[in-house]
Amino acid sequence: MKSLYLLFLLLIVSLFSCKDKGDNYVAIPKKKIPEVVDYNFDVRPILSDKCFNCHGPDANKRFADLRLDTEEGAYSALKESPEKHAIVSGKPKQSEVYLRITTEDTTKVMPPPESNLKLSDYEINVIKKWIKQGAQYQQHWAFMPIAKPTLPEVGKAEWTNNEIDYFILEKVEALDLAPNEKATKEQLLKRVSFDITGLPPTLEMQEKFLNDNSENAYEKVVDELLESKHYGEKMASSWLDVARYADSHGFQDDELRTMWPWRDWVIHAFNENYSYKKFVTWQLAGDLLPDKHMETLLATGFNRNHKITQEGGIVVEEYRIETITDRTNTFGKAFLGLTFECAKCHDHKYDPISQKDYYSTFAFFENTPYKKSSAINAKLRVLAEPPFLSISNQIVKDSLPFVNKKENYKNVDVMVMEELKKKRPTHILDRGAYDAKGDTVTPNLPKSILAFDKQKYPSSRLGLSQWLFSENNPLTSRVYVNRVWQDIFGSGIVKTSGDFGMQGELPSHVGLLNWLSADFIESDWNTKRLVKNIVMSSTYQQSSVVKEEKLAIDPENKYLSYMPRARYTSEMLRDHVLASSGLLSRGIGGRSVKTYQPDGLWKTSSSGRGMLVYYVQDHGEDLYRRGIYTFIKRTSLPPVQMIFDATTRDQCEVRRLSTSTPLQALVLLNDPTVLEASRVFSEKLLEEETSLEYKIEKAFRSILCRNIKPEEKVLFLDYYNKQERQFKEDKESAYDFVNVGEYPQAESDKTKVAALMQIIHTMYNMEEAIVKI
Amino acid sequence: MKKDIFEHHLNINRRHFFKKAAMGLGGVALGSLLVPDLFKGSQEATQQLPLGLKHFASKAKRIIMLVQNGAPSQLETFDFKPKLREMFGQDLPDSIRQGQRLTGMTANQKSFPLVGSKFGFKQYGNNGAWVSDLLPNIAKITDDICIVKSMHTDAINHDPALTFLQTGAQVGNRPSMGSWFSYGLGSENKNLPAFCVLLSKGGGNGQGVYSKLWSNGFLDSTHQGVQLSASDEPILYLNNPKGMNRASRRDMLNHLGELNEMGYKEFNDPEIHSKIQQYEMAFRMQTAVPEITDISKEPDHIKKLYGADCMVPGTYAANCLLARKLSESGVRFVQLYHQGWDQHGNLVREIQGQAKDVDQASAALITDLKQRGLLDETLVIWGGEFGRTNYCQGKLTKENYGRDHHPRAFSIFMAGGGVKAGTVYGKTDELGYNIIENPVHIHDLHATIMHLMGLDHEKLTYKYLGRRFRLTDVHGHVVKDILA
Repeated sequence: MKSLYLLFLLLIVSLFSCKDKGDNYVAIPKKKIPEVVDYNFDVRPILSDKCFNCHGPDANKRFADLRLDTEEGAYSALKESPEKHAIVSGKPKQSEVYLRITTEDTTKVMPPPESNLKLSDYEINVIKKWIKQGAQYQQHWAFMPIAKPTLPEVGKAEWTNNEIDYFILEKVEALDLAPNEKATKEQLLKRVSFDITGLPPTLEMQEKFLNDNSENAYEKVVDELLESKHYGEKMASSWLDVARYADSHGFQDDELRTMWPWRDWVIHAFNENYSYKKFVTWQLAGDLLPDKHMETLLATGFNRNHKITQEGGIVVEEYRIETITDRTNTFGKAFLGLTFECAKCHDHKYDPISQKDYYSTFAFFENTPYKKSSAINAKLRVLAEPPFLSISNQIVKDSLPFVNKKENYKNVDVMVMEELKKKRPTHILDRGAYDAKGDTVTPNLPKSILAFDKQKYPSSRLGLSQWLFSENNPLTSRVYVNRVWQDIFGSGIVKTSGDFGMQGELPSHVGLLNWLSADFIESDWNTKRLVKNIVMSSTYQQSSVVKEEKLAIDPENKYLSYMPRARYTSEMLRDHVLASSGLLSRGIGGRSVKTYQPDGLWKTSSSGRGMLVYYVQDHGEDLYRRGIYTFIKRTSLPPVQMIFDATTRDQCEVRRLSTSTPLQALVLLNDPTVLEASRVFSEKLLEEETSLEYKIEKAFRSILCRNIKPEEKVLFLDYYNKQERQFKEDKESAYDFVNVGEYPQAESDKTKVAALMQIIHTMYNMEEAIVKI
Repeated sequence: MKKDIFEHHLNINRRHFFKKAAMGLGGVALGSLLVPDLFKGSQEATQQLPLGLKHFASKAKRIIMLVQNGAPSQLETFDFKPKLREMFGQDLPDSIRQGQRLTGMTANQKSFPLVGSKFGFKQYGNNGAWVSDLLPNIAKITDDICIVKSMHTDAINHDPALTFLQTGAQVGNRPSMGSWFSYGLGSENKNLPAFCVLLSKGGGNGQGVYSKLWSNGFLDSTHQGVQLSASDEPILYLNNPKGMNRASRRDMLNHLGELNEMGYKEFNDPEIHSKIQQYEMAFRMQTAVPEITDISKEPDHIKKLYGADCMVPGTYAANCLLARKLSESGVRFVQLYHQGWDQHGNLVREIQGQAKDVDQASAALITDLKQRGLLDETLVIWGGEFGRTNYCQGKLTKENYGRDHHPRAFSIFMAGGGVKAGTVYGKTDELGYNIIENPVHIHDLHATIMHLMGLDHEKLTYKYLGRRFRLTDVHGHVVKDILA
């Protein structure tokens, strides 16, 4: 609603700015007050945003002892004037809420002027109508139990391919729009290949698919991609954001750590299609399972990926608390989609999570040994703070064959979880300060989500995961399904994928989210099946052509009347360049690698201590590994990844931004990775005995994943000839231009290599080359 | 002909930019492009869309922040405590320490022997401000600066304290100050980023600086600080590859523009035009940035003012000169870091080197801005992330000592941009441990800086994950006493 309001303002701006150019913009009609006002979807967002800060769940900051987030609070007599009521069902004029938001008296008006908040006319009218219609409260949508809804009635049922499409089509039709036509086979293959494996389709795949006229050709490709070992890499790249994975400890000296075998496990788990339940349970409590083994133990590295300080001056208890805080916040955001961290210092201001709830959840993570070897002796540096698992060749052979450890390397130490025999007491910390210990609490979880049955579940991380995967937990499935959707469509059904609470955005298709979540649980949390379901839908298979009328009616494409064109993630971008040029090293897993990076970045930002002061670049095949294997030093992040919106790995992140900046253009124009790939691809094409025209067609098909159009071919041919002439005249430039990257140069005519390299490099810079069209 | 096509593209882009804005899709700094009058009368708009608009009139337009990374000792620079010399070697009285937290490095020390500065102090300027002999050039400009001796912070270790100074929170992932100003006030120069970062390193004990210090946090990455260096490639990936000259790059971009335009015809996606726009800005930056970072053409008297070091790329002096040039060209926020101030031991020798690195150039920057008539509209801030203890860390001798971290009191100075020049604000006790007059918290400093830039720190907010965030979180008071 606010976004609509903003949108309206921006529209005024655009009208104003373009008036003199004679542009005609379709005015967006003023938002209509709904016939039946819905508490969750119409009223609560207003109350939550504008009122709950002082009249909400936080008991310590509640004014006039009035709370408006519960029916009981809003209906009861006001403490200060018992003859009045905040809300009187059916009677706005007797409801103090309505009177105070409409009064002209600045001493009485709500919200008070000093809050810098104000209600719009629309918002006031919604509240008025809601009170008139009886002022019915509802439980927050995300906390309601998940029930599988029936499919909505739609007009054009023949368009649908599976259940997803009914929910999408219903809303598209309600806007008087029609879905886009189906994407071309070329577009589809490119899209689905990136969405499932993060890689472009090979030429063989393209050819095979284009020539396969069977009815289930597309489904065959989807199945093939899901079976590819690269599927696990693609899925893992988002999970590493969630798990705040990095190759250094963070903080001051930012020393090396070796958590990569855990990353190899994540890839393995996705490839083996472990159920989401097993996948998460092992990560949260793999050390506590009755039938635990090496693999379940390795999985618990999830909770050791947080930053660790090795700074000299630290107060050990402060950082121990900091560590548990990180685990608690990660738990809240990653699995429950809630901003738990807000309740560390005070009761949550919007969501029903009290400070006591926070520390009760915190208590589950309290009982891990916490030794600070380096705090005592700053000179002693360790890659893994205890407890850790020391992975030997034998262990790899016997139990962890997916860990890509070179045999001649010594043991790799991976930090894992362990439970102390003697439990530590957990205190509520006043204002979150580590030394302000208050009442003790025992492990428990917010009952507003789902009561934690202590008879049924052990009070340990194992019980925590059992609670998480109870079929009555309203959030676990919704949150994960939404993220899988987000990775494919660029935006979740709930756009704020990290906030399913009161302040989060409402789902664009609540029915669809519920259907998918229920179906996911019914399928025993089967991730591959979920992905397949999504990509098999007609919704997914629409073309991404943007139409003017759709831009006007649904400018953000919230209702998916066409497929969004999402820019590649930083990993996809790298992988695409390497794969299409033939440089990609396709091995899975292994230690993280240091590829080309401008000189001096680590050194200028480093304290001068430790093993990561100087960037020691790798060579050979290590230069051509997928983006997921790029070494991540927390205090000096890989620059290209950051320029393309990768996360900082400081804390759990569930969503990446997708921006467009000039720095991105500079990377694609001047980064040696892209230039080297263009050079090597050019050399390879020149070695083939084919016509120039064919070489250009082939390069284009590899990079853009479609056949070149005649006008594009003309342009490239002309450009090539011009370039070849220029490089012939200036041979030195040709030699300089091709002299990029460590991949050995071929014995070809440098002017030709340079000219074709320029053509290929231009292709990599096309907008279409870095979006999933 | 080709050029015409491009002019045409740019026009199309402008149109589509606004269409994009109408879609609420962000991605481009709206800041400098919106017209103030549009929002007259809409309170909500000024709260929610702080785009290129000041909340009230103010003098300062730009900021240069000189971060002395590692925390310089206030007791060796601006906070003169003769009493400490008298009490040399005596234990810190419990009445002063009041049982407060110490860092892990000295908490286990058996005693806390007080130590005064080994360096002389003299009074300077109209108000007789005390300045250490270590800073002879800064001493000469005390009439132009405002020294705050009563700074205090929450954090006791470098990483969180520096993060706090930069982002208003100890834990990472919040936008840096420069990002807030880029977001709030936009850019003044279409060829340069609004927020630039410069790094240098002294010989003293170093502490790292990290890219999260200039992170845009949850704001759009347009507001991210861009690291520049006075080197051959001032911005990462700025230079064309070898073998490609500017004409050849232009030619490539022309071809690229045509290809992308074909793509637009097919897909009609405004993002495609935004992409063309970004390539054009990148192309302009390729000439604009090196012009700025080339300091060789500065006249001799300027080079002399900043000192010989200013001709050595990557030094603090070179960065100060570069900061002036960037700021003069409209860069909203220039952030310098000079590492090496962490004198836990061997303070006497190390701090001399650090002071020598920064003294002349810091003073030169202020003098230079003043001569150009820019000091009024440029706010300069000099200081570290916390202070240092009045007692010795490690072995105390007549010749040498060290000082641990001290968040309870430290000194910074500010100049220009509407700050009351020639003032000394705040006071610590006679042992320099606790503040006894006019404390200024980091949140207050942020509120004051924002005020000087014409922004109300309570109004510049950004809603993220259900909460309206501010640079000052829920704290901060403008220190009115130091406003001119």
